[in-house]
Amino acid sequence: MTATKPTNSNAELVRAPDRDGALLARGDWTLANVEALSDQVDALAGREMRLDASGISRLDASGALLLERLLCRTGQNPAESGLAGQWRTLFEAVDAACDDEHEPKPPAEPQWRQILARIGRATVEVGQSTRELLNFMGITIHRFARTVAQPWRLRLTSTVYHMEQTGLDAAPLLMLLSGLIGAVVAFLGATVLRDFGAELFVIDLVTFAFLREFGVLLTAILLAGRTASAFCAQIGMMKSREEIDAIRVLGLDEIEVLVLPRLIALLITLPLLAFIATIAGLVGGLVVSVLSLDINLTLYLDRVQQTVTLKHYLVGMLKAPIFAVVIALIGCLEGLRVAGTAQSVGEHTTTAVVRSLTMVIVIDALAAVYFMEIGW
Amino acid sequence: MSDEHTPESPAKPAPEHTEDNGREIETAIRVRGLCNRFGSNIVHRALDLDVRRGEILAVVGGSGSGKSVLMRSILGLLRPDDGDIQVFGQRLEDTEEAQKLMSRRAGVLFQDGALFSSLTVLENVEVPLKSHRPDLPAQLRRDLARSKIQLSGLSASTSSRMPSELSGGMRKRVALARALALEPELLFLDEPTAGLDPIGAADFDRLLFTLQRALGLTVFLITHDLDTLYAICDRVAVIAERKILAVAALDEIEKLDHEWIRDYFHGPRARAARNAETATDTRTDQPNP
Repeated sequence: MTATKPTNSNAELVRAPDRDGALLARGDWTLANVEALSDQVDALAGREMRLDASGISRLDASGALLLERLLCRTGQNPAESGLAGQWRTLFEAVDAACDDEHEPKPPAEPQWRQILARIGRATVEVGQSTRELLNFMGITIHRFARTVAQPWRLRLTSTVYHMEQTGLDAAPLLMLLSGLIGAVVAFLGATVLRDFGAELFVIDLVTFAFLREFGVLLTAILLAGRTASAFCAQIGMMKSREEIDAIRVLGLDEIEVLVLPRLIALLITLPLLAFIATIAGLVGGLVVSVLSLDINLTLYLDRVQQTVTLKHYLVGMLKAPIFAVVIALIGCLEGLRVAGTAQSVGEHTTTAVVRSLTMVIVIDALAAVYFMEIGW
Repeated sequence: MSDEHTPESPAKPAPEHTEDNGREIETAIRVRGLCNRFGSNIVHRALDLDVRRGEILAVVGGSGSGKSVLMRSILGLLRPDDGDIQVFGQRLEDTEEAQKLMSRRAGVLFQDGALFSSLTVLENVEVPLKSHRPDLPAQLRRDLARSKIQLSGLSASTSSRMPSELSGGMRKRVALARALALEPELLFLDEPTAGLDPIGAADFDRLLFTLQRALGLTVFLITHDLDTLYAICDRVAVIAERKILAVAALDEIEKLDHEWIRDYFHGPRARAARNAETATDTRTDQPNP
């Protein structure tokens, strides 16, 4: 007569020595012992036996689940198991609730199909979200035009508030970053141009870079991280708390109330910030030139004046409103697409930042090619 | 069928039956002289409360009367300014200790379920098992979690869904399943029927009652729902004026002569709930007036 291996707890399932094949369950059939008991129950799979559960001193729902599984195996009527009366209710509750059927696992798709499905899904999503963005842009342009025709519709307080948030508050950080990048560009130029004895052209390099590209690009990148995420999170939280629905029910238009002030604020502040960033970059270049390249202040300013033409300035500044529209629209759209949960807010905020950054850089690259082709 | 123990395990001590003897008088939670204040705002002053083992104790009180603060103090989520809290005879002096004890022996259902929104229903229920019993094999853990979900009156197919796809009543049930995952002796519920429609609330009350009887739970229930009070509660504790005004069975509480209690239990809504309870034994579809 072999008993199943006793465990260090006082719960076990053993074969009775004196009768043929009766199983004795005893001890604490609780969560604390559930692992050992489960092994013992599983070891008895498929054998027809009679169970005596009268030795069970404690039972909880986990133990009852195992007991139920065991009685299923032995095919015995629960009432004949001799389970102590105080545990009867519990066992019946578990017995009634649990069918103990393993959920049918969905058949595993082959790896290559999963990969294909993922690529396909991503492609469809890109198409969908592009359409959605264009749609949203159309609605916003319509509301914008209406506001131009009826200027009293503009939410002035809200617009000014967002100008402060996105513009004024971002200015110090932006100046610091642009100044540092300006210095880096100057150093980089100096390293290369020194070999040719053409250190003076460091000034041209910094001026060109910041007027045409870096001023506006740095601004747009900073705002894509700072403002697109803020817009998305603000509107997303409002969406998840049904504030957007409240706005609609009150007969207001969420585009007019939420999106337009943000868009207009960014349209005003982004060019201003881009200008500040350009100046800060030039100052950064100036500091490096004066301190380590032996170019004096007068020479630097003189050279800048010769290099700068309106054309270069326009190449940079023309992109600013485009970036403003892209950042504001993507931020707001992602916010409006939030669906309820906190996790959704997080996901869409990430999407807003990633997509606006991508769009900014792609548009910048296209613009660079375009301006080069037309000879500006 | 024989009741005597087989001579096979001489080393094993006799199973302890004694713990469950005399459960009527045994105290599960004993709160003495509890004081809580936030700044100058005193929430509790010398509050005493006993929760008996195996009962459903409902805590009622006006908004801001400190019901949730009391629950958080007992759970060790909040360090009281003064006072003594014992759970099953063990004093909860320092908060970390209390939380460790509580997370093993108490299940909590927070107001909106507090399900983890990034996990499926099954994973939500598995969380306490994973953190307290990391040694369990994955399949067994899943089976245990699924059995808790079914015990809470949900079908097994709910397991793979996300909390955001569930209705309010189902979320509460999943939260209940999670609270029961570690086979707690104590169950804390913070307004479990708030936000449910009357039918859903009645169903939840019935489920709670059945599980409490089957699992022998001690239930600490904060509620505003008069129907719940009349349907399932053994005793009611009224919290007002910074302390427990009275703890007694419902019919005794109703007779007390105190302004708040009178307003609470003899308002039109209370009358409807009482009538609903007496009219049908198992309240089914009684909507609120």
